[in-house]
Amino acid sequence: MTAASHLCPERELFLHGLADNELDAANALAVEGHMQICPGCAAAYNDILRQKQLLKGDGLRFRAPESLRARVHAMIAEEPGAKTETYAPAKITRIVQRRFHFGGAGAAFSAMALAASLMRFVYSPSRSPLLDDQLVAAHVRSLLVSHLTDVASSDQHTVKPWFLGKLDFAPSVIDLAQNGYPLQGGRLDYIGGRVVPALVYKRHGHVINLFLWPERKVAVPAQTLDGYHIVSWTQGGFVYAAVSDLNLTELQEFRQDLEKALSFN
Amino acid sequence: MQGSILSSESDTARRGEHTAVFEAMVLAHLNSAYTLARYLTRRSDVAEDIVQDAILRAYRGFDGQRGENVRAWLLAIVRNCFLTWKAKEVQGSEASPDAEGGEPSPAYSGGEGMTLETPESILIEQQQNGAIRSVIESLPHPFRETLVLRDIEDMSYRDIAEITGVPIGTVMSRLARARKMFAASWKGTEMTSFMGKLP
Repeated sequence: MTAASHLCPERELFLHGLADNELDAANALAVEGHMQICPGCAAAYNDILRQKQLLKGDGLRFRAPESLRARVHAMIAEEPGAKTETYAPAKITRIVQRRFHFGGAGAAFSAMALAASLMRFVYSPSRSPLLDDQLVAAHVRSLLVSHLTDVASSDQHTVKPWFLGKLDFAPSVIDLAQNGYPLQGGRLDYIGGRVVPALVYKRHGHVINLFLWPERKVAVPAQTLDGYHIVSWTQGGFVYAAVSDLNLTELQEFRQDLEKALSFN
Repeated sequence: MQGSILSSESDTARRGEHTAVFEAMVLAHLNSAYTLARYLTRRSDVAEDIVQDAILRAYRGFDGQRGENVRAWLLAIVRNCFLTWKAKEVQGSEASPDAEGGEPSPAYSGGEGMTLETPESILIEQQQNGAIRSVIESLPHPFRETLVLRDIEDMSYRDIAEITGVPIGTVMSRLARARKMFAASWKGTEMTSFMGKLP
């Protein structure tokens, strides 16, 4: 991969994400646009695709030996409580359908329905990449993929330095534990085509994602999107956007408490 | 939790159903489990033991409600079984130069079932696959497993994060590094033994 040395280091993970079809529409467009003007990244991307192709195919997978297969079946049959009766394939299909799609599996079904409804935010390329969508999508994503925090700490003096060198601005990090919103940590996220810090707070088990970036104009009015509230304001040259499923009143209180704390900062 | 389903459902028909569902839902992924175990352990005998252990644990913990993500769940168990084995292995042989106790298997230099009558194109493909496997096996564990889960087992970043118990950002950076390591190593292999042989 000779071209690898000429790629833009900050784009590297995006190139892989694009090759793996793991980027949302906005980020995919941004990377594709960048590759039009950056031959180094374009070459590196082609190398990634070529290598993925090399590793694709069943030739590199292993087939479980028949002896292992037989041992595993025998082992299960001998497990206490297991019954050795063999089911006809049709019956198994019926059982599986019953368990996993229809009867008795209310929890599984509603989880699937929930996941499907969330997918709309995370993956739908047809939806215009509006800022409010992106904020809610980032919030949902943080809950879905057990990627709530990159730095998990309730100490603002640990979280703030973690962002140094990762951003081109220094975010204010304030713990609001004494107001009932303990800081959980922070992570990097991508909103509006840029890397932004997300600070994570909790309130009675509800997660609040606070995104901030330097800008003078409020880009998002307070609103509710599919059950998630967004409260946004500008302060000290930064836009703050808090996203949560917490009730709107408490989210507004969170905003007021944070505004006050920031003004003393 | 383990076994509670079986003890509470004393009805034998239900147990049979439990087994049938398990076989249809979980054993369908036996090849995936074995592939991961082979790449993790780099030894076929240990891989078989680990898969057997993992299936037993999976069977005892199976609640029949796992839906779509049954493969990721099984692979996470395989990985845990591997880590348990690895910890014992390191403890048991302090003097071992290889901390993972693995030894590159000579079997990879050619494909299994390779015969003299094998057409040359297949032979070359088998040799290339053997060489690719060797390069993957030479990667350190976190990078090896990330690469195998993504590019060979085709798991999503989110699934890999769950299986390996790290944030998705870590998965992404490990994957990028794993691919770079593979590329560097593969380039060397290609130069020495495959130049001119491949179409």
